[in-house]
Amino acid sequence: MDIFIPNIVLTLGQIMSNNSDHSIEHHIQTYIRVFIALGVLTVITVAVSYLEVSFIEAFFLAITIASIKGSLVLGFFMHLISERAAIIWILVATTVAFIILMFIPLISLTDSTGMY
Amino acid sequence: MSSIPYIVEERPDTGLNNSKLGVWIFLASEVMLFGGLFSAYVFLRLAAPEGDFDYWGAKLNVPMATFNTMLLITSSVTMVMSWASLKLKQFDKYKMYLGITILCALGFLFVKYFEYTGKFHHGIYPSSSTFMGIYFTLTGLHVLHIIGGLVVLIYLWTRQADKMWEENPDLLANRIEVTGLYWHFVDLVWIFLFPILYLL
Amino acid sequence: MSDNHHHEETFFQKYIWSVDHKVIGIQYGVTSLLFLLFGFGLMAVMRYQLAYPETVIPIIGQWLFAESGGIMLPENYNTFGAMHGTIMIFLGVVPLAVGAFGNYLVPLQIGAPDMAFPKLNAASYWTYFVGGVVMMASFFTPEGAARSGWTSYPPLSIFESGQTMWLLSMVFLITSSLLGSMNIIVTIVQLRAPGLTWFKLPFFIWTQLVTSFLLVLAFPPLEAAAVLQLMDRIAGTSFFLPSGLVYAGEAVAAYGNGSPLLWQHLFWFLAHPEVYVLILPAIGIVGEILANNTRKPLWGYKSLVYAISFLGFMSFIVWAHHMFLTGMGQTMSAFFQLTTMIISIPSVVVLTAFFISLWGGSIRFNTPMLFALSFLPMFGIGGLTGLPLGVAASDIYLHDTYYVIGHFHYVVAPGTLFALFAGIYYWFPKITGRKLHEGMGKLHFFPSFLAMNGIFMPMFIQGLAGLSRRMYDGGQQYAHASDITHWNEFMTISAFILGLAQIPFILNIFITLSTKKSEDRNPWKSTTIEWSAPSPPLPHVNFESAVEVHRGPYEYSVPEREEDFYPQTSP
Repeated sequence: MDIFIPNIVLTLGQIMSNNSDHSIEHHIQTYIRVFIALGVLTVITVAVSYLEVSFIEAFFLAITIASIKGSLVLGFFMHLISERAAIIWILVATTVAFIILMFIPLISLTDSTGMY
Repeated sequence: MSSIPYIVEERPDTGLNNSKLGVWIFLASEVMLFGGLFSAYVFLRLAAPEGDFDYWGAKLNVPMATFNTMLLITSSVTMVMSWASLKLKQFDKYKMYLGITILCALGFLFVKYFEYTGKFHHGIYPSSSTFMGIYFTLTGLHVLHIIGGLVVLIYLWTRQADKMWEENPDLLANRIEVTGLYWHFVDLVWIFLFPILYLL
Repeated sequence: MSDNHHHEETFFQKYIWSVDHKVIGIQYGVTSLLFLLFGFGLMAVMRYQLAYPETVIPIIGQWLFAESGGIMLPENYNTFGAMHGTIMIFLGVVPLAVGAFGNYLVPLQIGAPDMAFPKLNAASYWTYFVGGVVMMASFFTPEGAARSGWTSYPPLSIFESGQTMWLLSMVFLITSSLLGSMNIIVTIVQLRAPGLTWFKLPFFIWTQLVTSFLLVLAFPPLEAAAVLQLMDRIAGTSFFLPSGLVYAGEAVAAYGNGSPLLWQHLFWFLAHPEVYVLILPAIGIVGEILANNTRKPLWGYKSLVYAISFLGFMSFIVWAHHMFLTGMGQTMSAFFQLTTMIISIPSVVVLTAFFISLWGGSIRFNTPMLFALSFLPMFGIGGLTGLPLGVAASDIYLHDTYYVIGHFHYVVAPGTLFALFAGIYYWFPKITGRKLHEGMGKLHFFPSFLAMNGIFMPMFIQGLAGLSRRMYDGGQQYAHASDITHWNEFMTISAFILGLAQIPFILNIFITLSTKKSEDRNPWKSTTIEWSAPSPPLPHVNFESAVEVHRGPYEYSVPEREEDFYPQTSP
């Protein structure tokens, strides 16, 4: 399944997918770092919630921070950063479907004839 | 079924083993399941009168949920450490990390139990408002997923795991990796649930 | 890992909890055919009511509707209607097309010993079975089965009877479907025999792959919505109940602030891809049979593959064409009209490719081919009649009329169902070692074909006249329907002829099973891999030796050969 993946991801992947003992230990260092980052980001999430901003701004801030945390879990704990193309493409398709699903409320509530 | 190939070893052209592909597809369906509920949340929030969701949302306990977030993040790192220990052939460390993961999960459930009973004690139920309805449904479904994961984690901590480690260590490592993927996903859902329900 | 097929399998292991995909495929097949028959029975009673409203239903009326002296009441009609749709779609067609045909044929056509996850496969069947039991049990509860349409729109569905068990059953059915479709995807990706590259796959496999992706991504939002509706019914929430609702003269005691539109969106987000789930396996089966019985490769194989992939993607962004009358604004209406028009293109590509495939072929008119050939114009009519429904201006008039019923039945009944019949006739020799009797097959086909058109063609006339659907008396009360209600009797008689025409089919199966097995493992002289296995294929391993693929799926009419085809496995 010869599928397009950007070069930089491939290289990063090759670095991380080596299954020898040495690189597992290297991985463990990464896991600890990610854990600390996640903890810090959680504190930031709560701290940011006390800011006086509009709902839209708060929403985007919350989603952005959550997405960063999520990307760390996906990339490093779930090994997506070194994962094969097939999996990446399944996730791309899922993300597209998920975004379409999020359009449901937007459709109904922002573009209606106002009769119902 | 020993005649089925690629249970543990990877198929050359796809680079995957069956369970890994299987669990990612399952996770894709789970994204859509929670996505359906998230979509409902956004819909209900936009359709609610001004301030309705803020009023009801303020009744949630942020410190408890923050503690729960930390518990799940910890369980996520110990989960991946238990897999790494297996790959390094350190069976005792595997058991230790897996045990901590299980304890964190149980801790999460206990906190949730206190949270829910606390709400009921104050007469707050899913029917109390649409916010509470979607809050209980989202977190309830998440709790069910934690319980499901917990059952598997406990199974992989018992003597069945010891037997599998002796007979087919690569299979055990594969099972742990796949379970770990599911577990990280459950953590991932909470990472989004927490700010959306408790902080917004 | 110890190999446990060296031990004798118990009856339980061999026939009940079997992990062999062939047994599971047959379990799905028999169960779904029984449900199809039951769904047909529901419809037969409804059609009698429509032809002869408010008369006593013969034979079974006294038993079915004891309180009303054998007359079908409006609430009975609504129950039968809701359950007919639900059972046909979720307990009949999809389990047959995906659970039976998919499970049985996918490993065989890719040269694999079984599905990727055999135990999960067994679990998916039994989950479906439990879902079916719950759905049927709902008929016997005091409040009866669901009666809010298969679409279960709130607020009606929150207050109407039978809905809780319907929702519970759906949770089981959706879970079963998710397990099954995940299994199919992994099997196709991972277990293809050496040499079987993507563009050497039989077209049937491609359709099963796209179908499974649709099921994996589209079903879960309905599961989420079903949970929400269950909460509304039993936990007193109001996800779908707006404020200020009054039901049966009383104000509804719920918080309110909910929206019936939310249900519609989440429901149709699945239900539109669901209709492509209904048609794609059928298209796959027709493709296989056309290639085989024209002794030619399918024309435009790559176009077909790209077309159905594009179709699968587009199916996620057309759903609100079921909701044109909900007060949506012009922007969204325009968007969904556009995507709906665009999605008709791949269907046309498929139909065109199939028609061109016939050109210059050496056509054999056996029973599977008759059903497969009839699929083409029938699906054509179904598809063409969908176009006015996809354009909001005409849909405003046609929505919720008999026109819609005619449209979708043309696609599913003389469309998908005929393709599935074709598949049964075609693969029966592989599953059982015997060909079904040709004469009885034609006796099944010709009256069925005529009767199908007799039932559904007049529905377009009725719909264009403005006759609404889901009316228990077939429009007798409405002045604007008075000159087309006479069609009801004709349609009902056609429905009964259709029922009678299934008798040769059922008899054929039982009689053929009692005959001797044939030695010929490839009676249709087909190229695809399943025909190189014994009939039936070996338990758990399917093939006598490892499969290696060297050729494409449809190498027919090869000039220099004595036999006019090259099997995929021949070097």
